[in-house]
Amino acid sequence: MEHIRLPKVEHVALLDRAAPRRGSGRVGTLYLTATHSIFVENEAAARKETWVLHSLVYSVEKQAPTASGCPLLIHCKNFRVLHFMIPQEQECDDIHLSLLRLSQPESYEELYCFSYKPNADEKERRQEWDLLDLMADFSRMGLPNSLWKLSPVNHHYKVSDTYPAELFVPECATPPVIVGSSKFRSRGRFPALTYYSKDNHAAICRSSQPLSGFSARCLEDEQMLEAILRSNPHSDFMYVVDTRPKLNAIANRAAGKGYENEDNYSNIKFQFLGIENIHVMRNSQQKMLEVCELRSPSMSDFLEGLENSGWLKHIKAVLDAGIFIAKAVAEEGVSVLVHCSDGWDRTAQVCSVACVLLDPYYRTLRGFMVLIEKDWIAFGHKFSHRCNHLTGDSKEVSPIMDQFLECVWQLMEQFPCAFEFSERFLVTIHNHVYSCQFGNFIGNNQRERIELSVPERTHSLWSYLWTNRADYVNPLYRANHSQSQGVLRPSTAPHIFRFWRGLYNRFDHGVHPRQSVEDYLRAIQEETQQLEEQLASHKQKISQLEQESGITWKAPLCDKSPTGRSLDTNLGVANTPQDYTAGFITSSPHQLETPDSILLPHNSNQSKDSSLSNGSDQESGIADLSCRSPLSEDSPRGPDSDEAAYSTA
Amino acid sequence: MEFSEHIRTANVEDVELRQPLQPAGRGTLCITGHHLLFSVRGDGGGRQLLLLLRSVDAVEKRTSGSSGTITIKCKDLRVLQLDIPGMEQCLNIAHSIETLSCLDRVSDMFPFFYRPVDLRLQGCWGLSSPEGHFSQAQELHQKWRLSSVNKDYLVCPSYPPALIVPACIDDKTLRKLAKFRQGGRFPVLCYYHRKNGMAIVRSSQPLMGANRKCCTEDEQLLEAVIEGSDKGYIIDTRSSQQAQQARMTGGGFESKSCYGRWKRLHRQMERGKALQESLIKLVEACGDESHNMDRWLSKLENSKWLSHVQTALSTAGLLAECVERDGHSVLVHGSEGTDCSLLISTLAQLIMDPRCRTLEGFLTLLEREWVQAGHPFQQRCAHSAYSHARVQQESPVFLLLLDCVWQLWRQFPLALGFSEALLLRLASEVYASDYGTFLCNSDQERCLLGVKEKTYCLFQALLRDRDLYSNPLYEPTELAIWPSVHPQSLQLWRGFFLRWTPQVRQLEEAQEEIRHMVMECARLALSVRDTAARPSENSS
Repeated sequence: MEHIRLPKVEHVALLDRAAPRRGSGRVGTLYLTATHSIFVENEAAARKETWVLHSLVYSVEKQAPTASGCPLLIHCKNFRVLHFMIPQEQECDDIHLSLLRLSQPESYEELYCFSYKPNADEKERRQEWDLLDLMADFSRMGLPNSLWKLSPVNHHYKVSDTYPAELFVPECATPPVIVGSSKFRSRGRFPALTYYSKDNHAAICRSSQPLSGFSARCLEDEQMLEAILRSNPHSDFMYVVDTRPKLNAIANRAAGKGYENEDNYSNIKFQFLGIENIHVMRNSQQKMLEVCELRSPSMSDFLEGLENSGWLKHIKAVLDAGIFIAKAVAEEGVSVLVHCSDGWDRTAQVCSVACVLLDPYYRTLRGFMVLIEKDWIAFGHKFSHRCNHLTGDSKEVSPIMDQFLECVWQLMEQFPCAFEFSERFLVTIHNHVYSCQFGNFIGNNQRERIELSVPERTHSLWSYLWTNRADYVNPLYRANHSQSQGVLRPSTAPHIFRFWRGLYNRFDHGVHPRQSVEDYLRAIQEETQQLEEQLASHKQKISQLEQESGITWKAPLCDKSPTGRSLDTNLGVANTPQDYTAGFITSSPHQLETPDSILLPHNSNQSKDSSLSNGSDQESGIADLSCRSPLSEDSPRGPDSDEAAYSTA
Repeated sequence: MEFSEHIRTANVEDVELRQPLQPAGRGTLCITGHHLLFSVRGDGGGRQLLLLLRSVDAVEKRTSGSSGTITIKCKDLRVLQLDIPGMEQCLNIAHSIETLSCLDRVSDMFPFFYRPVDLRLQGCWGLSSPEGHFSQAQELHQKWRLSSVNKDYLVCPSYPPALIVPACIDDKTLRKLAKFRQGGRFPVLCYYHRKNGMAIVRSSQPLMGANRKCCTEDEQLLEAVIEGSDKGYIIDTRSSQQAQQARMTGGGFESKSCYGRWKRLHRQMERGKALQESLIKLVEACGDESHNMDRWLSKLENSKWLSHVQTALSTAGLLAECVERDGHSVLVHGSEGTDCSLLISTLAQLIMDPRCRTLEGFLTLLEREWVQAGHPFQQRCAHSAYSHARVQQESPVFLLLLDCVWQLWRQFPLALGFSEALLLRLASEVYASDYGTFLCNSDQERCLLGVKEKTYCLFQALLRDRDLYSNPLYEPTELAIWPSVHPQSLQLWRGFFLRWTPQVRQLEEAQEEIRHMVMECARLALSVRDTAARPSENSS
């Protein structure tokens, strides 16, 4: 609490950044608490609240004071942008400085997950962490078997401090080989198994780059790869995939790192996959977000900006790399070793994308959580660095996880029936990767989480998502649908890729569809289920009655008509005109916002960033029109004003 | 005309056909006056292709040695390839397709020959008539009347014989003021907003000319439209500069001095050749196989197609906002009043009027606002995106409408009573059809050729396939559906532009799944009702 210089400011306006002309925004009181900024609107009827976790705040920017107050711009890691107008400059300074400090914790102890205490007793909390079991996933794959074994070599994180303690390695890989190989790999990240295909014995292994420099060799590393190759009895070669662009890999050789020399390893096929590094990705996303924030972009502005950001090009590169690996495993039956530099960014992306393509299990709700647990959390993706959980080196921050989630979303767009979960699931996970509300993504590797006693002191997101899974199910998913079967073979033609407005413009309600097919289908599913139950009970009754006597029956009385499905909430949002002058995102806050309340269920009064009445907007629609008329009609250069010029001519 | 003179080779054996989404097949190719027929050998007639020659947009031939390959690019963006043994046969076939696909005479076209066994030509052609429309709309009768001033198409050749005009304007006045509007397209009622009695009126541009002519009768008519109100809006689908320039060629706009109570709003909409070129560029971009993201995005941007979608929807939104929110009547026109004016008045009606959003309502709207109102389909849809012919009068205004409607459907998936399949079917039919609905450029032309007597009506046929073309998720709403026109909200219409790629099949499967879920639910509800019927007495 010592960081809060000012706990409360009144008469603050929350501006609608999409349509600043619509009046002065919503006026209310801004509160700072130890964990949240809370904006409570004055309007008595609604008293709407907007809650923002400090840990979700990406940047706080104080702008030059204007006549109506001092603007404070808050960008969040979940892509929400809040534009406050604070009456006094002094107050704005205090809020600004407080938020700067509150949003940049200096130690793990300050993170929200250590103070987040929902109503759950200690026993329940401990059970949360038992929901997922990685070893169960490996036994699902058929491991251990005669080819692969669980190795204790990294117990106590002795060999690689960024790897998990439990790892699968080839049966014939002896500890000296593993340790030798690890010494020849950045950060000791030796080749270890992440996916195994029972059907054809092909495996996906991952590692960091070899310390090959210009000519160094390591016998154990060569033996390690040989062991991986031999663990696939049907194959006489394996792929070694370096996900970096060739140039970057070559540059690494000068630093004593690099890539495998095909001459030194027997029977490998080496391949670069050309995914850019974390710095390129960070800049690319930054550029794309600038495009999302443009106030009234024309279609051309938007498409040009999107192109210049390069973002979709990078997404395509990750997906293409995943497809390469999935093809090698599924179609050629060849094992693959994947690495980049350290093997925790691009390698995590590419391996997990390949898993999603290969195995329908990873397209289920539970399977997807297992996948993230496996390839991201256990294998040591540096969440705290990449997501900026603590104040630190901004060069370490990069949207690597965002890209993975987006790849999955792009696949969902292409295969609407293939995934058990919906977009909302991905968006919720994204939110909590950054929110620090749950312990799952805290720290940079397993060892750090153990040291922080994360499983002893925090709650698990997976358990939360599983409990609320009904909200995240894709109603179009059927386990026996052709799209849910086998390997996904997506197209990566450029026109297949779309901008993910559901994430990057998540809080700009004006840009989203006004009615949700997903919610409607969910209602239908529920109704279908009820009807099935009714039918069963009716049938039971009939057979009972028929047994008793031959009664004649009377007119029908349906318990519930199929048209009785009421979705007024959705229809209400229809009634919001856009600002058709220049194609703005309008204020149109008339969408019932469910995601937020779902994200943070312990606060039932959570931000519903929407006004439910359309009344005020009716007014503003008219006001807008009249104030725009002079702009567009009979302007000085318009035909009528030329009349004088014409008659004098 | 004898089609046989264009058919030098009617049959070729051992032809290989390659088409999207299907395995290649070998079989017999046959050319008739209106069709290309391909039957796979030894397939028991199972796999066949029957292609209306009218739907061929471009033919490319390549011969090598003794055989040749013909690439057929269709107006629905499908691309077929035929490998034909024998160079002469190949050239003959290509020649026949080229000639027969662009017959000039309307009465030679297939709709005049189409005689399905299960249908008979009956008296009723189309879904409604202006007379029927007016007599049903009781609320109009006080202020508006049905005029038959155009019964011989003498006042305006592109209008239908019956038109709705302000009740206080007599036919004599109409005759006078029609001369003041390009092509005689004087202002007529196209939509009456029941909630507030405001109207959308459309016309062509006034013939103001360099001398700034006025027309008292025209002013009277417009004055009558806004009688009882303080003002009206004119939405001119050209920029003010364009409107100004139009005076040099005899056109113009409603000047403030003559139409004091009307406020003019200019919204520049692309039309004509520019729109056609936009379509050509977009289709070219969609066919690019370089797998280069930058190149795709830059081509997509460069085509400007999505910009045109954005402008059309936002102009329609403005029109609807004037009527519904601001509560004023609006006159819409550009220059000829046969393209953009129809586009935005149609979209505005979909936005505001729930009756237009049912399957019948939408088809009736298209019939009224496009077929009867005189959109020159024949000229606009002579060619599509692949043709090598010089662009003349072609312009995909109707396709742009369908794209905009698709965007509405995406944003309000429950509010429209029809499906994407309907939009796709219309997008094909407008270029080549078994039916007569989109033949000719005006009602007058259709009358002269006896289209209504000698061909079948597409809209009636579509209504017979209700299951296919209705939206299973349809939940009628009385409210206006305001589209978002932000770039993030508008998307490439994959269903149309990427129709022949395998990825679209996966999206279709999702639609099938949705239909299945809804039907299953309805079926269960019926069963529950049936079973409930019997024990109900006992339980009550």
